Formats: sequence, C-alpha cells, structure tokens
Amino acid sequence: MPSLTVRLAAAAIVAASGAAQAATLSVAPGPDAQERLQTALLDARPGDTVQIAAGRYDLTDGLSLDVDGVTVTGAGPGTTVLSFKGQKGAGEGLLITSDRVTVKDLAVEDTRGDGIKSKGADDIRYLNLRVEWTGGPKATNGAYGVYPVASSRVLIDGVVVRGASDAGIYVGQSQDIIVRNSRAEFNVAGIEIENSIRADVHDNVATHNAGGVLVFDLPNLPQMGGNTTRVFRNRVVDNDTPNFAPKGNIVAGVPTGTGVMVMANRNVHVFDNEIAGNQSAGVMVVSYTQGFNDPRYNPLPRDIVVRDNRIGRNGWDPQFPGGPEIAKALGGPLPPVVWDGVTTVPGQPAPARVRLADGPVLNLNLPGPGRVDAAAPTVAARVGDAVIAEPAPVRLEVPRP
Amino acid sequence: MRRGLVLLAALLGLGAASPPPGVDLDRVLQADPAPRLSDYRLFLDAGEGRPNSGVVPYVLATPLFTDQAEKSRLVFTPPGQKIGYTATGVLDFPVGAVLVKTFAYPADLRRPDREVRKVETRLLIHKPSGWTAQTYVWNAEGTEAVLKRAGARLPVRFTDLKGVQVDLDYAVPNQNQCKTCHQLEGAVTPIGPKARNLNRDIGLTGGGQANQLEHWRKAGLLEGAPPPAARPRLATWDDASQPVEARARAYLDVNCGHCHNPSGSASNSGLFLNAEETRPAALGIGKPPVAAGRGAGDLLVGVDPGHPDRSILAYRMASTEPGVMMPELGRTLRHEEGLDLVRAWIRALPPQARPGL
Repeated sequence: MPSLTVRLAAAAIVAASGAAQAATLSVAPGPDAQERLQTALLDARPGDTVQIAAGRYDLTDGLSLDVDGVTVTGAGPGTTVLSFKGQKGAGEGLLITSDRVTVKDLAVEDTRGDGIKSKGADDIRYLNLRVEWTGGPKATNGAYGVYPVASSRVLIDGVVVRGASDAGIYVGQSQDIIVRNSRAEFNVAGIEIENSIRADVHDNVATHNAGGVLVFDLPNLPQMGGNTTRVFRNRVVDNDTPNFAPKGNIVAGVPTGTGVMVMANRNVHVFDNEIAGNQSAGVMVVSYTQGFNDPRYNPLPRDIVVRDNRIGRNGWDPQFPGGPEIAKALGGPLPPVVWDGVTTVPGQPAPARVRLADGPVLNLNLPGPGRVDAAAPTVAARVGDAVIAEPAPVRLEVPRP
Repeated sequence: MRRGLVLLAALLGLGAASPPPGVDLDRVLQADPAPRLSDYRLFLDAGEGRPNSGVVPYVLATPLFTDQAEKSRLVFTPPGQKIGYTATGVLDFPVGAVLVKTFAYPADLRRPDREVRKVETRLLIHKPSGWTAQTYVWNAEGTEAVLKRAGARLPVRFTDLKGVQVDLDYAVPNQNQCKTCHQLEGAVTPIGPKARNLNRDIGLTGGGQANQLEHWRKAGLLEGAPPPAARPRLATWDDASQPVEARARAYLDVNCGHCHNPSGSASNSGLFLNAEETRPAALGIGKPPVAAGRGAGDLLVGVDPGHPDRSILAYRMASTEPGVMMPELGRTLRHEEGLDLVRAWIRALPPQARPGL
C-alpha cells in the first residue's frame, strides 16, 4: 500500500500532465466502419486504446493516426481483418505519424500501396500483426508490408508479411531498430534495413522471398551512411520466389534466391543464422553500382563480418549477371558467400575491411562497383581477417543523447 | 448582452439599421472546432456567399488541382491585426486568422456561375496553439455545412470544358489527411498564401486591376512588405506567355512541393519539388526511385531529361490508381493540362551525362 504522500504525488503528476483516465474506444464491424474507425483514431487521446473487435472491415480509404501514445489493437491477426481490397485512395492502409504508438493483434490485407506506414513516429511498436496480399506475389501488390521510416526506436515483433512487391518488413532512414520473431515470405525482399543506424534483426524467418534479408545504403536520401546492424539467429531459407519487383526499384536488382545481401553499408555482422536453399547465394556483399553525385555517399560495403552461420546448399543456379559463367568456370555451384571484392573507390580514402569466415568465399575481385565484366574470381576458405567488434545490443528503452 | 440587444432589435424590425455581428472571434479561437460552419459567422448569409466584415477574397497565381473543383478562397484577419510579409514560406498570419476555401462544382464547367453545388468548405484556423485544419461538408441545398472529421466520399457529376460528362467519387479528406499535406516539421501550416503565389494581378470590385499584395498593403492588411520589385513571383502555370520551365516548376511547387520538400510528408523520398530546390538529383533528374514500389511503373528514374515517357514523375501524374498516382490525396481524375505542362518541361530538359549527375 503506497503511502498517502506517494499517492498524492502521483495524483499531482497526473493532474499536472493533464492526462485523464486512459480510455478504450471500441469499434465493431458493420456499416460505416471506415468512418467509425477513422473517428476513433481521431478521438483517441494519449494513453487511450482503440480496440477493433474481431471481424472483417471492408475499407475504402486509408486510415491514419496522428495522436501520440495510442495503442491500436485488434483481437488477433487471424480474426480482426482490415481489408483494403476496395481502397479508392491514399498511399497506404494505415498511416501513423505520431510518437509512442503500438499497433498490434490485427491483419491488414490487400492495400493498394503500402500496408502500414509510420513516418517520423518515434518509439513505434508493431506487434503480432499480419500484412498480406492475398492474391500471392504479384508486381501489382503494394511495395512494403510494414514501413517505419525516419523514426527513432522501432520495434517489430511477431509480424508476418506476405506478398509485398518490395520489402515485406522495411525499416528506412531510422535509428535503433529491432526486428524479431517475425516471418516474411513470398515478398521480393523479406526484411530490409535501409539507410539506418543500429539495427538488430534476429530470430526471424525469411523464406520464399526473392531475397531473404537485405541491409542497404542508398544515395540521394536525407539520411545516408547506414551502419551498425546485426543479423543473427534467423532462418534465411528457401528464398525461391522469382523476383517480381517492378523495374527501377532497387530490389528489382536482387537476384532470385539470395539469402542475405549487404550493399554499401558499414559495420554489418551476419552470424549464427541458418542460411540454406538460396539458389544464387547464401550471403552477398556488394557495392552500389548506379550513378550518384553525393560526395558524402560511400558505395562500398565495409567492416562486414560473416561468421558462425549454419550454411547449407546455396548458389547452385546463380541469377545475377556473370553468375552462370563464373559457376561454369568454377565447375560447380558458387560458394555460399560472395563478395564483389571492391575495396576502394575514388574519394573514399580508407579501404573497405571484411571478415568473411564462413567459407568457401567467392571473391569476384571487381576493379570497381558493378564491373562484373572485369571479374577475376578467386575462392578461399575465408577472406579478410579484420577485427571488427560486434556492436552492442540495440536498446529501445531510453532515448539516446 | 450585446447579442441580446441585436436580437431584440431584429425582433422589433430594426435589424436592417444595426450593423450585423462580425466574425465570432471567440468561436474561432476555441480549441475545439465548431460543429457548423455558420457558427463562426464568417458569412452573412446561410449559403455563405456574402463574406462578413474582415473576410477578404484572394487568388493564387498557381493553385492546386483538385478534380476540377472550382475553389473560392477567403482570409479573415481579426480586427486591428495585420498579416506580416515573409519573402519565403507562408505569410505571417496573426492568431485568429482563418483561411476559408470552398470547393464547388458547376453542373457545367463551361457555365461556371450556374447551378453551382458547393461540396465542402475547408478552414485553416490560426489558434493560439498553432494552425488547425477542418472541413465542413455542405447539405444538398447548399444552406448548411457541418463538420466532417473522418472524411467521406461524395458522388459528383459535372460536364467538363470539352462537354464530356464526368462522374467522380469526390474525396473529402479526413482531419489527418489535411495535415498530411498541410505540414512542416509535423505542425499544421497553410500552403497557398505565400508571397510568391499571391504576387499577381487581381480584378477589383469597383473595376480595374491591381497587384494583390500591393492592394493588401494599401488596404492596411499587409505589413513589412518590401517594394514591389523586391517581392518574389511564382509563375502562373497556365499562362502560355510565361516560360515553360517556370510554369512547370510553379505547378510542381504547388501540386507536389507541399509534401515533397525537406520538411514535408515525403521528406524521406529525397525527391524535392518545392520552388526553392535547385539540385538536379533532388528534382528527380536521374534519380532512381526509393520506395515507389509499383509506382515506378518499370521506369528507372524520376525524371529522364528529354523523355517524359521514361520519367516516373509523369507516369505517376498520369495514373488514377491508388498506390501509383501522385498526389496520393486530393484527386481521382488526371489533370491533363498539368500533365502536358510537366511533360513539356521534361522534354525540354538538356540530356544528362549519366544518372544522378
């Protein structure tokens, strides 16, 4: 029993912050679901919960939430289904633009654009969700399943995404990220961490995508210099869906059957994963090959560690330019770990360092990004012995200074 | 008390002699929106055709395209308050200012003043805590507009300038969608009334023409403006006498730049179409898509100089499909004339050495 003083102090804090009792706003299926659901999302106050009852909701427009500290919850990803099959407008199913939001226990289906997007939404939590395009993998499906961007402290836990024409689980231009206990399948990319800083991707399953797990950095974006990602204890297996991305998108260049792909990022550690059944490569470490004009951008992967993965059969039918020729020259499947071997580019003084320990490793020894025409492939038990400390676990509890 | 006297005067048939009550500033400043548009007393009549005292019409050099809707724009400034001039960005409106925009469809666009159906009236109100955005949807008779926070779809039919009947599912935005476009750094802000977009000639009520900013300054509405020659000017997108590049950039500024700027909703795209942007890659020239998904339409770059058919920008402007079309909000129809202009701009751009340069 707290003392009276403590209770009075607590009451004073509540009064001072203006917080009323947290309320639950319940929404049930039925006519006008679009308006009732959107109204609840507008009426919610910080601390409130929008409770969406089990059932199917046929929505015609995007939903959006712009109130801090709200929890949006369904009755479970199999029972509360927000269907956007009849969507007439907006670029996503649910858009979140406020901080400290949790969205959980529901499904979003068949959005015309992205599934659930959060932008500039710090401390966002995506929990126990399903985002799915129910017609299977198609280029006409929306790009991203869950799409947090430009945010700090992002948690994705227990999320299933199927059918995204870009990345199922995508985190872009953010910092302090955890993606765990999730499943991405039948997407172009299963899980993608892009232009982001400090991410832990662990205990997920990425299967039947074109590419399993991607860690990229791209030029000409407000946040560049992606670095410090750990990819560990995931099952990255049987990524065998033909790449169905619309051309032009960066993931359209991911070879069908790629396990883990690291492109133009720094301090990426891939370890303790199960990587098997990927026809192009188990792990690819490559440069960004397109033109760019930003001197701050480094197109090389550097400080990359690949170690202690359980690597099965990979690389038996590589789907990237030059791959079949190299496989033929080697007289068998490609080694499971492939590095383009580019260590220097003009304007970037320090050579790229790697520690690729899960051999055999194919080093293409390219003279520059994308110069597959000038490949001088070699195979070694391991490549690079750089000592690169494993990053500390990502912590989401407290804002960083 | 005063309200009571006015009412009494009206009952006694003396109303005509009394000045009508002004805009309800108290109501304007309250945190919560009024349930009915008429509650603010921005107009003198139920159909809201006659602005109240202090409510002034304005026009823009280049407006946003919204499915061919006719728009009327008004600004209310509280008595004794002035609008502060700013060279860039939205003018410095005082607290209590209200921007009023009514969206309407004539039955036939070729006869814009006949059989006009008002659809919605959107308000941007400068409260003490910042700007808020609300919209009010009109009844069928056009006599009352009520607050609509969660958005709506309304069937609209009109005959366009070519004599073709158009049916559309007009989208009234929800309150968050208002903010999606009307924001900078996460706070609600107006878009249109910037010095550069107001700096144009207008017809005066008593006949004749005047520059709008100069007219406001002389009327005591605008303060701090430099001499006319020093004020920026946005091109008029459909004035064929002005250069294509200036017109296209004005069109992109107004129709895209509210999200596609470094502080807007589309900041993460790295594609910036606001008037101030000059870097080719930020304007999409040679820039690969980032998160466009199928919106890229199998094209490789945002803008391919000389080749509108190879430019994602033109592809998304031409689309009417959710998930592909741009802007994402505010239109269901294609704006043919705007698209033609942007395509002409792309066609005239000098070729680039290679993507990204």
